[in-house]
Amino acid sequence: MPAKGATTETSEAPAEEPLDLHGPGGVRVAGVNRTFRTKRGDVTALAGMSLHARPHEVVAVVGPSGCGKTTLLELVCGLQSADSGTVDGAPAALMPQRDLLLPWLSAIDNAGLALRARGVSREEARAAAAPWLRRFGLEGFERTLPAELSGGMRQRVSFLRTLLAGKPVLALDEPFASLDAITRAEMQGWLAHVLASEPRTVLLVTHDVEEAVVLADRVVVMSPRPGRAVAEIELEMPRPRRRTDPRVVELRERALEALGVGA
Amino acid sequence: MSRRARTSPAKVRVAIGALALLLLLIGAWELYVDLGGADPLILPAPHSIAKALYTDRSLLWRNFLVTAQEVLLGILVATVLAFALSVLLHFSPVVRRAVYPLLVASQALPIPIVAPVLVLWLGFGILPKLIVIALVSFFSIVVTTLAALAGVDPALLKLMRTFDATRLRIFRHVELPAALPGLFTGAKIAVAVAVIGAVFAELSGSSSGLGYLFQQANAQILMPRAYAAVVILSAFAIALFAALTVAERLLLPWAYQPRGDLA
Ligand SMILES: Nc1ncnc2c1ncn2[C@@H]1O[C@H](COP(=O)(O)OP(=O)(O)OP(=O)(O)O)[C@@H](O)[C@H]1O
Ligand SMILES: [Mg+2]
Repeated sequence: MPAKGATTETSEAPAEEPLDLHGPGGVRVAGVNRTFRTKRGDVTALAGMSLHARPHEVVAVVGPSGCGKTTLLELVCGLQSADSGTVDGAPAALMPQRDLLLPWLSAIDNAGLALRARGVSREEARAAAAPWLRRFGLEGFERTLPAELSGGMRQRVSFLRTLLAGKPVLALDEPFASLDAITRAEMQGWLAHVLASEPRTVLLVTHDVEEAVVLADRVVVMSPRPGRAVAEIELEMPRPRRRTDPRVVELRERALEALGVGA
Repeated sequence: MSRRARTSPAKVRVAIGALALLLLLIGAWELYVDLGGADPLILPAPHSIAKALYTDRSLLWRNFLVTAQEVLLGILVATVLAFALSVLLHFSPVVRRAVYPLLVASQALPIPIVAPVLVLWLGFGILPKLIVIALVSFFSIVVTTLAALAGVDPALLKLMRTFDATRLRIFRHVELPAALPGLFTGAKIAVAVAVIGAVFAELSGSSSGLGYLFQQANAQILMPRAYAAVVILSAFAIALFAALTVAERLLLPWAYQPRGDLA
């Protein structure tokens, strides 16, 4: 197996099928509390968490580990319900923190899984996924099983699966975690590129403040558990943004300060 | 992708090691009997068993075909029923709680007592043998298949729900494929007990088969012939196990882990 087959530059996008968008959609989370009852007592993950995302806005959510970021995304995707407070918004597709690809499906069938889940035939799902795999530098790996893909390739397939679900909102749970710096930068480039041509509302959970500042329109900073929003930073800067840009550096410092780790 | 490299030096070394161990055991057995450690009328020497394997080959072959048919059909019946039951038990916790104790009880039934009763009811044909074989092999298949079904990552089921998959499609795309390795594991465990089951069923009433031949030879104090039948039964079990291992590797390449296998 060729170990690293990912091309470094994004190949020119062929004319691809327009995705079935259920219209633009925003997300609003207001005063949400969420407590888990466990054998060792109650764990309050979220306490008074509020956040909103306007249609086609990219909102990054940063916060310390265990502050309830995954819980927040599951609420938005309707996989959990809040104990109190309200969650509304357009339908959302989740890109889980672990890639969770099905080991028996090839890259192309994993990417098209959301279509198959809706009853689309295998051929149609493949036809819809193929141009995206090409666009994401996975050409030649369509029939490869996840176990034989690199970590970065798996995350790309996982992202495409979420994208092809066709929901107006993408809930991305640390999509680029556990990648080396080069692959991560490459993936960030791909994401920005896709959102330019396929605008979606994005909730991007990340540990990486710099990533948040480079990619998002707005950064929401959460407190340690129980999580709630403690700061919001608007990023009115043109894209693409360079991480060395003084404005990016300054905003990164502000976000880190809000997190309580700034110098 | 160097799956094709079948006879690597490491594999050859392993095969030589296994063969050497087998020869060592046979040699020790031969010496033990030749040096008067055991009465050849109770434990025949390997060379006399080898001779019986040759001289009685057509007799052994005819009876082998009978037993092989019983075992193969029995395992097939057991696998189909066990799989259907596993799915039922997986979907209905109520049925599971009611049926599981009965399943365990079925394993506690002493086959030497059950088999004659079945023969009494159903005659000398293949049916009572199939029932005995299915009875002894059923349980391991249900347990391993159920474990595989229950072991599906709940996060994966959640993900499928965000893709609006129906319960049936979740089963079809996620749980069913995930259950197949469990089915194979159960069938591999079942192979050895199925052969023993066939022998017991034949001992309880039949006019052919290796178990029957064993009994006849035993009564006529033709110990080499009796042991030749046992050797063939063991070899058959090994061959079945190996065949299942190969089939699993071909059918479920994604689940293949090159450890703990025969072939
Ligand atoms: N199903 C659950 N049962 C019990 N406790 C849970 C459950 N899910 C989450 N928690 C708890 O809620 C808190 C928040 O969890 P969550 O996974 O949302 O954090 P996170 O911000 O995503 O963390 P990380 O950055 O490490 O992924 C944690 O303390 C966790 O232990
Ligand atoms: Mg998380």
